[in-house]
Amino acid sequence: MSGVRVLVGTRKGAFILTSDGKREKWDVSGPLFAGWEMYHLKGSSVDPNRIYASQTSGWFGQVIQRSDDGGKTWFQPGTPKGEETGPGGMPKGESNKFVYDVSTGSGKPLTTHQWYDGTQHPWEFKRVWHLEPSLTEADTVYAGVEDAAIFKSKDGGKTWQELSGLRGHGTGPQWQPGAGGMCLHTIVLDPSDPRRIYIAISAAGAFRTDDGGETWKPINKGLHSLYIPNPTAEVGHCVHHVAMSPKRPGVLFMQKHWDVMRSDNAGDSWTEVSGNLPTDFGFVIDVHAHEPETVYVVPIKSDSEHFVPDGKLRVYRSKTGGNEWEPLTKGLPQENCFVNVLRDAMAVDSLDKCGIYFGTSGGQVYASNDSGDTWKAIVHDLPGVLSVEVQTLK
Amino acid sequence: MIRVVLPQHLRTLAHVGSEVQIEIQGTVTLRSVLDGIEAQYPMLQGTIRDHVTQQRRPFLRFFACGEDLSHESPDAPVPDAVVAGTEPLLIIGAIAGG
Repeated sequence: MSGVRVLVGTRKGAFILTSDGKREKWDVSGPLFAGWEMYHLKGSSVDPNRIYASQTSGWFGQVIQRSDDGGKTWFQPGTPKGEETGPGGMPKGESNKFVYDVSTGSGKPLTTHQWYDGTQHPWEFKRVWHLEPSLTEADTVYAGVEDAAIFKSKDGGKTWQELSGLRGHGTGPQWQPGAGGMCLHTIVLDPSDPRRIYIAISAAGAFRTDDGGETWKPINKGLHSLYIPNPTAEVGHCVHHVAMSPKRPGVLFMQKHWDVMRSDNAGDSWTEVSGNLPTDFGFVIDVHAHEPETVYVVPIKSDSEHFVPDGKLRVYRSKTGGNEWEPLTKGLPQENCFVNVLRDAMAVDSLDKCGIYFGTSGGQVYASNDSGDTWKAIVHDLPGVLSVEVQTLK
Repeated sequence: MIRVVLPQHLRTLAHVGSEVQIEIQGTVTLRSVLDGIEAQYPMLQGTIRDHVTQQRRPFLRFFACGEDLSHESPDAPVPDAVVAGTEPLLIIGAIAGG
């Protein structure tokens, strides 16, 4: 019997929502890690019981959590509950340690980026925004962090090493924080080429590696951002999210600060596909699991208001790969609604029909079991939702 | 034994009650107490002091015997009552936000 497991990160803990393949009745468990900001949880496609989670706090810093039983129990990798580590064993607590590589041999001593006021500012680790498990190894996982960098663990999250070629690209001094900080929030792995990875940073833009993370190139040609001194600069764009259908690697969709964009050549160039959207500002974007030209966004009124337009929560769907968009409203509030949907808070399952899920700043998690035609709130009153991921369980 | 009172979230993380006891060899300082906590409860590494700089995290404070030790040298001896175990070292999350 197939089913789904929805992993929800909120400002005050994590929740796991489960259902069978019909996706009509839901069990809700949580809060896990109550009181902590849960930026992201994501399961491994290799071993669905393996889930990684980013637990963070302005007081206590970053903690990495891992479950090997589908979210029933959790531990810090390398620090199993009650287990003593002997001499020569993995040092406990290392799983929370993210140290920038400033060695001259690999990372280059890149230590500053641009601050809000245009001055240079030291790189300081703050938190993990996104965890992306490898498509081929359950013990391999990538972490996108603030201040922006990408780390990799090959031992199930026990230790982390920076893929420092990204910050070593040379444009780092031009990267600057967005309103949420200077975060690497998006990691997209190419299922057809394990050496190709896409990432996105607010506010630097999108980058791609074709050699497993050794070297990176900016892929921002075609982006036009009026809020930076040179609107078509190589870097500096506030990319909010990037999505790709695993069925068609190389075709990317992007929700930029303003503008919805599309690339048909792995990010080498982009064209705008905002079309008839009521506003092209927003955070989330995702692609239907079986129809690579069907794309979903949630337009947000503006960067100064950060809620949906006209008090109406509407998902917009394009079945033509952009430009032509239709509002999806059945089951969603169409008056007095002023929520936001953050960049990692939408996901799709791979059942037939494709399920679409998103969470709001107001604590609702909505699900559609018919590709977006109709919606239903699984839960109404969670803490503000930071991230939503879904696992399709066979 | 040195008694240390942890903030709620760190008790949960370390699977302990409100107070833990740490055995310290030699001079008892903030640094040696924190080293002892991290050795006994390694999952707390990085949560009280930054992993790299070893600086106190900005929103945490240290108190004992009615004194604020947050800005003392990490190598200064802690009060005698803490060394004797009659008073705990308090690690407290600053009240920030609403």
